[in-house]
Amino acid sequence: MATATLLEFKGVNTFYGDLHVLKDVDYTIGEGEIISLLGGNACGKSTTMKTIMGVVRAATGTVTYQGQEINGLATSDRVRRGIAPVLEARRLFARMTVFENLEMGAYTQPRGAQFDDDIARVYELFPRVKERRNQQAGTLSGGEQQMVAIGRALMARPKLICMDEPSMGLSPLFVELVFDTIQTINKQGVSIFMVEQNANMALSIAHRGYVLQSGAVVLSGTAVELRSNDMIKQAYLGEMEAPAA
Amino acid sequence: MTAGDLFLQQAINGLSLGAMYSLLALGFTLVYGIMELINFAHFNVFMVGSMIAMLTLQAFGLSGQQTILTGLPLVGVLLVGFAVSMVGCGLIGVAIERFLLRPLRSVKGPAAMITTIGVSYILFNLVLLTLGTDSKNFPNPLPSISWEIGGAVLRMREVLIWVIALVLMGGLTYFVTYTKLGKAMRATAQDPEAARMMGVEVDQVVMSAFFLGSALAGASGMIFGLYYNLAKVDIGFAAGLRAFTAAVLGGIGNVPGAMLGGVLIGLIESGSGQLIGAAWSDVVIFGILVLVLVFRPAGLLGRLAPNKS
Repeated sequence: MATATLLEFKGVNTFYGDLHVLKDVDYTIGEGEIISLLGGNACGKSTTMKTIMGVVRAATGTVTYQGQEINGLATSDRVRRGIAPVLEARRLFARMTVFENLEMGAYTQPRGAQFDDDIARVYELFPRVKERRNQQAGTLSGGEQQMVAIGRALMARPKLICMDEPSMGLSPLFVELVFDTIQTINKQGVSIFMVEQNANMALSIAHRGYVLQSGAVVLSGTAVELRSNDMIKQAYLGEMEAPAA
Repeated sequence: MTAGDLFLQQAINGLSLGAMYSLLALGFTLVYGIMELINFAHFNVFMVGSMIAMLTLQAFGLSGQQTILTGLPLVGVLLVGFAVSMVGCGLIGVAIERFLLRPLRSVKGPAAMITTIGVSYILFNLVLLTLGTDSKNFPNPLPSISWEIGGAVLRMREVLIWVIALVLMGGLTYFVTYTKLGKAMRATAQDPEAARMMGVEVDQVVMSAFFLGSALAGASGMIFGLYYNLAKVDIGFAAGLRAFTAAVLGGIGNVPGAMLGGVLIGLIESGSGQLIGAAWSDVVIFGILVLVLVFRPAGLLGRLAPNKS
């Protein structure tokens, strides 16, 4: 599936003070891929996101984007080059309108015809967002907020969207809508790197996946391979073998 | 004077004080909103602003209240006075942020706040050593035009102060509501990390907050001089404390709250001065602050915790 490599982690280590979070981690995200990152709580998934965005820096190892090392690149420059986040728990600007939130997504983009096209595209993808555009973002339901969060990421004209728990706290109906949308966006040529607790859903749309445990990659493979892996089945897909009597 | 006239007169006085406090309170609120830092240097940036304004007006050959200007020369002198004190204070604010506070940005705890207290003393002593401690006659070129409304007197300087304060507050409101940088400031105040991941450059936003807040302190310093006809090295403390109280009263971090709080503190000061005696106005102001903090800790227009969902 993978054609050219878009983003690559090679031997990345990160620290919070003395705490060693990511341990010698390698990831490869190809253009047009959906990659799912699985793992329990506090295993380094959110740190992975922050390292991609440049909010946390790799202490050792390299992060390469479009063939260039970006270890020292500021977050704003990463956004400018096409990496956009959908943050955990949405993190919309609650006291700004939906439209203003979308504007913030386009912060690194020039204003003009292109902006109008991008807004139209988001409204087409999410008619509900258009209806709510003048409402304060904090007054929206969780599902509507997630649509705005995805729309906000799209406004940056991304080549890669990093999603942190896109289904968290959403009703099953919205979870399905969100995953459908992720596939739609992906088919338009945007790569997706997704941290997700809902492993079943994540692996159903992902091309490949990585499993992170205590900050180290313990397993990686295609989504099909991962879904048939016994460890994944037990730990993440909820298929327990009947205990021997 | 009837009771109604007295009330009107104190309302006029209170609104003028309030205009000054509002402009000063905005500086506390802008910086706090973005960095959660109480900038105590602001007290004396305001004082330096009134000194800059005085020196600027003196550079035009004005001294004391002898020279009265009208028409275009008056407008020109006032515009230049406000422009120089605002830009001067804005640059002082930027320098404080860039050279003294930015190196402490990642340091947790009260280091940055204590630094601002130190900077406040440095500014105070710089003025003390160069201009002295005496009360200076602030040049006031305004013609003494006044209007009688019933028994109350409305002077032209009061109308001027209101107009200038309204223009500046309107300008600031427009800036934070509609401009790209203003929206970035609001977004950063609500969620700094998310704003950063939208591509907002935090340094630029913090510097803008310091520039704008300090520039408003400069305008407030000039207004102080025009209102009281004096400039003195120790004016920063009393005015700054009232303005800080105003920011907390309105809800610190909240722009309309700072404006409202400033006007209320001005009205309370003049009203309590009339009703109980000027010596008691501090007691009333800070008493009301205590009550507000007990019953509405986030201030009149503030929110207790940022709503992040």
